Order: sequence, then C-alpha cells, then structure tokens
Amino acid sequence: MTEPVLSVRDLRVEFVTRRGTLKAIDGVSFDIARGEVLGVVGESGAGKSVTGSAVIGLIEPPGRIAGGQILLSGERIDNLPAETMRRVRGKRIGMIFQDPLTSLNPLYTVAEQLIETIRTHTDLTPKQARARAIDLLAEVGIPAPERRIDSYPHEFSGGMRQRVVIALALCAGPELIIADEPTTALDVSVQAQIITLLKKLCRDHGTAVMLVTHDMGVIAETADRVAVMYAGRIAEIGPVREVVSRALHPYASGLMGAIPTLDQDIGRLVQIPGSMPRLTAIPPGCAFNPRCPKVFDRCRVDRPEPIEHRPAHRVACHLYDPAERPAVLEALS
Amino acid sequence: MVAYLIRSVVQAALVMLAVAFIAFSMFRYVGDPIASIVGQDATIRDRQELAESLGLNDPFPVQFGRFLANALQGDLGISYRQGRPVVDLLVERLPATIELALLSALFAFLIGLALGVYAALNRHGVFANIVMALSLIGVSLPTFLIGVGLIFLFAVQLRWLPSFGRGETVAFGWWTTGLLTESGLKSLIMPVVTLGFYQLTLIMRLVRAEMLEVLRTDYVKFARARGLSERAINFRHALRNTMVPVVTIAGLQLGSVIAFAIVTETVFNWPGLGALFVKSVEVVDIPVMAAYLMFVGLVFVVVNLVVDLTYFVLDPRLRGTGAVPAR
Repeated sequence: MTEPVLSVRDLRVEFVTRRGTLKAIDGVSFDIARGEVLGVVGESGAGKSVTGSAVIGLIEPPGRIAGGQILLSGERIDNLPAETMRRVRGKRIGMIFQDPLTSLNPLYTVAEQLIETIRTHTDLTPKQARARAIDLLAEVGIPAPERRIDSYPHEFSGGMRQRVVIALALCAGPELIIADEPTTALDVSVQAQIITLLKKLCRDHGTAVMLVTHDMGVIAETADRVAVMYAGRIAEIGPVREVVSRALHPYASGLMGAIPTLDQDIGRLVQIPGSMPRLTAIPPGCAFNPRCPKVFDRCRVDRPEPIEHRPAHRVACHLYDPAERPAVLEALS
Repeated sequence: MVAYLIRSVVQAALVMLAVAFIAFSMFRYVGDPIASIVGQDATIRDRQELAESLGLNDPFPVQFGRFLANALQGDLGISYRQGRPVVDLLVERLPATIELALLSALFAFLIGLALGVYAALNRHGVFANIVMALSLIGVSLPTFLIGVGLIFLFAVQLRWLPSFGRGETVAFGWWTTGLLTESGLKSLIMPVVTLGFYQLTLIMRLVRAEMLEVLRTDYVKFARARGLSERAINFRHALRNTMVPVVTIAGLQLGSVIAFAIVTETVFNWPGLGALFVKSVEVVDIPVMAAYLMFVGLVFVVVNLVVDLTYFVLDPRLRGTGAVPAR
C-alpha cells in the first residue's frame, strides 16, 4: 500500500491559560490516503477544528502542539521552521473555512487574490497566473470566469464565493485539503452543490480531504471514512458505512441515532443526556463515562485506548476489550 | 457613484448655507455694527444715514441674500479695526496656517501610522508597550502645555530653535512659504510637533486598534492558510483594510488641525489665521470673526467631501454595481 498523504500520530495540542494547561487534543492518530475523504465529526469543542489548524500549522497562541507527529507524504511537518511551513501552506495543504462571506478580502478582486496566491507558490508570470486563475474558476463551476474574475467578492453570492475559496485552496495543486465546515454557512440547496464539487475535484486531482463538520448528512454522502471526536480524542474511526449504520462507541451510536431519517418512522430521536465536559473538567477514565448508558467500573478509572475491533475500524471503548467480556456481559444483563 | 457625489455636494452646500446664516447673524446682530464703525460722538442722523447706506434697514432676507451674494464673490466685508477688506486679511494669513496645518497633519499621519502598525504587529514587545504608554500622555496633555514645554527646552535652555514667528519667508505671488529658508524651517519644527502631537497619538492608537481587529478576521486567517508571506498579509491585506476607518478619522482631524491651530499659533506667536482670530476677538472685529467662522466651516465641508471620495478609492463595495453582474 502506498504511503498515506497525511499521517497524524499521537497528536497533542495544549492551550496554556491562567487557569492551567488545557489539553484540547490528547493523543489523536489517523491517516488519510490519496484521494480519500476523511470526515471528522463531533460536538463543538471536541477538537475537530483544532486538529485541522494543527495540521496546517496555524494554531494561534497560547495554543501549541505539545507532542506527537504530523507527516505529509511521509515528511514531518509539525516541527518545520515558520518560513518553511508557510511554503507548505497553500502549496501542499489547502484550507477552506466555514464562512465564504468573510474568507475573502473585500478590498481586492478575485483575480488579485488568485494571482497573488498562484504567484506565491509558483514561478508563473502574471499573465500565465491569470490564465491559470481563469481555468481554476471554470473548474470550480463559475460561469463566464474570464469576465467574473475581475469582480470583487461582494459581487458574488455565498455559494459562488465558496467556489472562489475552493479555487484559492486548489491554486497550487495541494496534496491535502482541510475543509473546516465548508457548508455550514450556506443555504441547504447550495450545500449539496459545494460538497459534490469538492468531492469531484478531489477525485479528479487525487487530493486527500479532511472534512471537518458536524453535519452527519454531509459526512454520509461525502466521506470514505469518518472519525468521531469527543473531548479531544477520537472515540471511533472507521469506514463511513460501518460507523453510520453500526457504530460501536456508545457516543458514536448516540450521535448516529440522533440523525432524523425520512424513510423510517421513529417516534423520538435518540438523545444523549448531559453535555460534553469542559476542557478544564475532563473526568478521569473515559471522558464519556458520566453520560454513557453502558458505563461500568473500569470506565471511571481507566482511560480506554483505541482497539482495532474490525479491520480498519478502531474504537476507544472498554466494551470492546476482549479481556472485558465477562464484565461487559454482566453490565448489560 | 455619480448620484452619491451629487448628494455629497448638495449636503456640503446646505451645511455651508447654515454656516453662512450663523456667520451673518453674528455679523448683523452681535453688537451694533453702526456703533462699531462710527464711534461714540456721531449724531443720530449720521447713524441713520449710515444704516440706510449700508442697507441695514432692509428686511432680513434681503440682507442675508446680499451677504451671500457678496460672500460668493469673495467679499466678506471690511474689518472694523483695520479698515481693510477681510478677504485680504485672510489671504495674507492663510499660507502660514495652511503650511503649519498640513505639515502637522503629515507628521501626525505618517508617524502615527508607522507607530500604530508597529504596535499592532509587536503587541507584546517592550518598545510597543512603551510607545503605547507614552501615547496616553499625548492624548491627555493639553496642546499649550506641550508648546510651552518645547519652548522652554529647545528655545530657552538649549537655544536650538526660535521660540516665535515664522522666520524668513519666501513669497510666490500672494503665497509665502517658510519651507525654503533655514530659519523658516527651524521655526516650523516646534509648532508642527505641538499641533500634530495629539493627532499623532490619536491616529497611532486608532491604527493599532483597527489593525488588531483586522488581524483577527477570517480573511487574514485564510490569507495565512494560503501561504502568503507575513509581509503580504500585514501590509497588503491587513493594512489596507485598516485604512478605511483610519482615513475617516485622520481626514476629520485634518479639518480640526487647520481650524483649531489657534492655541498653537498663539503660543508660538505664529502669524496665521488663528492668531488673527484671537486678535479680532479681543477688539470685537465682528466681520473678521464671521469670516473666520465661514472659513472653518468651508474647511470642514471640503475635508468631509474629500474623505467621502477617498472611500471609493479604498473600498470597492461602495462603488456600487457598476463593475459587474449583468454586463
């Protein structure tokens, strides 16, 4: 098997505050292969976006990467000097933000912003860069790009602006794109178009995608694999079909149960009692234990490590530890 | 944009009309113009004849109309004390004030901008914090105190710079400038610093606050994620967005620098409009005061117009839909 485009190993991110050090990400590991879309889901504050920022090297102080490794096509990028990392950003890793209305500088035309980015990362002349910019706009589905390119961002609709943002992220043909809630700020009808576009572009270019969202519908349609995050850790990671239909982790199955469906008549959606703990008050043992319906003694003291329960499907839960069979059976009985 | 321009000009004209009305009311009703002109031993008959010949018995709108018509032709009346046309007095004094004010504004804007950007980019730096602390002094210290302090230090103690006047000036037609002689330049330094110091600290603090705001926006984060250099992010993306509000304030400040150079001109005995105004207040020279009021009004209106137009250059969102969608 070829080397994964992105490989994150035991990543830890801390925020040093006056009230002590907060562990925003605590031992996260995952891979993304070429052309693969990894969906990352979880509640607000679970560490999805911070993981994305860590990969592209844009964690803002007082946050910092406290441990672990990030490898891009086998090359470590988490310890690069700032200037070298800047050249990786935009060129090898592209990023798409949540709100297309605020991602573009309002004072420059789309052409200026595209050409600026292209010329930062390539040796093209202004003319060549402009030609490439027009091609990119055509590729992301902006009609009459040679005319629209000299427009200002405010002259585009939200969906069109997000296409421009995608074009900007694709400028230098990156290996990886981090999409941080790319559809949250858009109309539902436009969401589907943007997701389809993103998926098509990545298939065409073989670009790997880390898709951060809390929209399970988007994940189910787009992702190849999905990672469910909870309180700074990955609770479960596996192929999207398996996770959506047969989630292992009690948190993940609760999350999936909370998705309304049209074709089945369910009286009440599943609801997980309580809320995610603050980073200052993560309980000992499994972070989910106070809310877990299947909690047993060990969960309150011993933090579960990821277990490969099925091939390529890992879960961090004591229920799936073979050594716990008797205890689990007892707890469930 | 044309509609916007027309609206701005009409607004400016209305403001000027209101200012002219106040100036005229002052001219006509503050004190008795006749008494100011003829002195105490004139007979009642003399006074009535003078009032008739000056048109002071005409109805108010007629007088106001005449005042406006004269003002538009550059006739603002005759100074009671000096017996010369007010316009001549203003024109004579104008170069000194304009030179002082523009240099002060330039000084305040350039240094304020540079320090503000520096303080924003090095938010936790020692020098930036010292500058910020010092700027508090600038904001709170009264202008005349700065002037007197500078005179004490550089003119009295060190004897480096002259303490009053413009020094030697060179004339170009009706315009006189102190920029071309050594004594003229030396004379400018302290008044320029005094007049510009408050504006400098104000602009610096404003630039810093706006820039910090802009650096937190999504498009700056996105610019980082695109791998642009720090230089491009800070100066091309952040600074230009900072400029929109800064230009407004700086422009309005330019107006007040020109209009309210009075204190500085008094402290340094600067032969400008402010000093003329102070003198005319002392001797109740109403036409000069009224004319000065009109002048200040005009300066503010013009500066506001220019600021409005600068927005179009800086912010494409205001240029309307001319450029795009349905072409």
